[in-house]
Amino acid sequence: MKIVGISGSIIGSKTKIAMTHTMNKIKDNYSDAEVSLLDLADYELPFSDGRNYLDYTGDAAHVLQTIMDADALIIGTPIFQASIPATLKNIFDLLPVNAFRDKVVSIVVTAGSAKHYLIAEQQIKPILAYMKAQVVQTYVFIEAEDFLNKEIINDDVFFRIERLVEDTVMLTDTFTRIREEKEASYDF
Amino acid sequence: MNPEKGLEFGIYTLGDHLADPTTGKRIPAQQRLKEIIEYAKLADQAGLDYFSVGESHQSYFATQAHSVVLAAIAQATENIKIGSSSTIISTSDPVRVYEDFSTIDLLSGGRAEIVAGRASRIGLFDLLGYDVQDYEALFEEKFDLLRQINENDVVNWSGEFRAPLRNAEVIPRPQEGSLPIWRAVGGSPASAIKAGYAGVPMFMAHLGGPAFVFKRTVDAYREAAERGGHNPAELPVATAGFFYAAETTQQALREMYPHINEGMKRTNGQGFPKQHFAQGADPHNIINVGSPQEIIEKILYQHEMFGHQRYIAQIDFGGVPFERLEKNIELIATEILPAVKKHTAKK
Repeated sequence: MKIVGISGSIIGSKTKIAMTHTMNKIKDNYSDAEVSLLDLADYELPFSDGRNYLDYTGDAAHVLQTIMDADALIIGTPIFQASIPATLKNIFDLLPVNAFRDKVVSIVVTAGSAKHYLIAEQQIKPILAYMKAQVVQTYVFIEAEDFLNKEIINDDVFFRIERLVEDTVMLTDTFTRIREEKEASYDF
Repeated sequence: MNPEKGLEFGIYTLGDHLADPTTGKRIPAQQRLKEIIEYAKLADQAGLDYFSVGESHQSYFATQAHSVVLAAIAQATENIKIGSSSTIISTSDPVRVYEDFSTIDLLSGGRAEIVAGRASRIGLFDLLGYDVQDYEALFEEKFDLLRQINENDVVNWSGEFRAPLRNAEVIPRPQEGSLPIWRAVGGSPASAIKAGYAGVPMFMAHLGGPAFVFKRTVDAYREAAERGGHNPAELPVATAGFFYAAETTQQALREMYPHINEGMKRTNGQGFPKQHFAQGADPHNIINVGSPQEIIEKILYQHEMFGHQRYIAQIDFGGVPFERLEKNIELIATEILPAVKKHTAKK
């Protein structure tokens, strides 16, 4: 099972910290999973111009192919101006419309205010659904006060991340198995 | 085109050059090119109306120089009309394209046609030195010039992407004075409407889904043609998409699916979902896969819905072995074509 994390901002530290912890948790608990983290701060990506994702080159080709090859994605995002950062939206725009078909996608949000709790519900999930993801409905919402000195200090956040990881792997296993059974039944 | 004779039946190839997924082996480009010419010969001998070859400039394709391939086909065939599917006019010089195709027309005894398209992949913009930001503008300008060359022995023209033409004679002229020129349209109505307004025949490609969805595109095309002052009854419509015939539906699905799925992965970046492909067997699905009888019914259903003049089958996508293509042409020639002609010809 290939699980790819995305740290959706090119600035700040909290999303990256939360995503690094999340991906380490997968490695600890599921040793057979193939885990990688795409930190968008590490890449030079163009804005989408609508071309087929295979036609991008350089960093974009690497980032997009890694996402397309994943069985599951965990998308980490901060909240900017009551929405997702442009850098993350651009990733969605660079991908084909059905990019998340047969993929399980879960969400980790870091935010400066509890008032942003429903942003994932109202702004990220509709995009994921449009792109055909099987969404893990419960997401992890982490606030600024859960961090101190570049570390997560709230045990509840650890527990929630652990459950998110478990749900992501379990749903990916389940959907894969159900799909394989269904496809075998077509007999072609 | 003579509608009295019923729906025209053709074959197209994108010129893809992919491994056969059942063996994992890819034939050499030379063999693929020769097989495409053999394929055209078989189609000609089977009495099919049309055969066309596409232009794609990326990995997994072999007919970048599609007009050269068409010239070889012109030489190898006798009666079948030959065209492109499509010619990427955006990144070519319309003068050169016209010279090529009118030459093919003369060599083939008046059988050449051009289908002009915009390319679904854009690697050729870099390869040939064009800016993808001009994707739309390049097509519209060059397609317009191509049509002007077709309609006028002497052309005066100026535009943004090519040096102006002053009293230019583009020769040789085709056998009948002009060539059939079609606009390639994906499934969506936007491009169809442009074709309609301009009064250009429409070549509509489709991947899958309910036939009814494409009816909207055909309707939008004819409505636009009428608004543009053209008579829709005089504007032919061709539909083009996946085709595969075998003794039974299940055998057809089984033989075709791996090619479509793996081919789409390589050339488009995503496979063809099995769930969607399974729906391809439905009588109302646009994919013409199944037994000969089922395919006959599908084509007639589509003809009743679209009222189109030509159907063009794509059978060879994704490394289908040549003997399977032979088998398909045999089923078309012996069972499908006679029935389709019988039911669509004007009595």
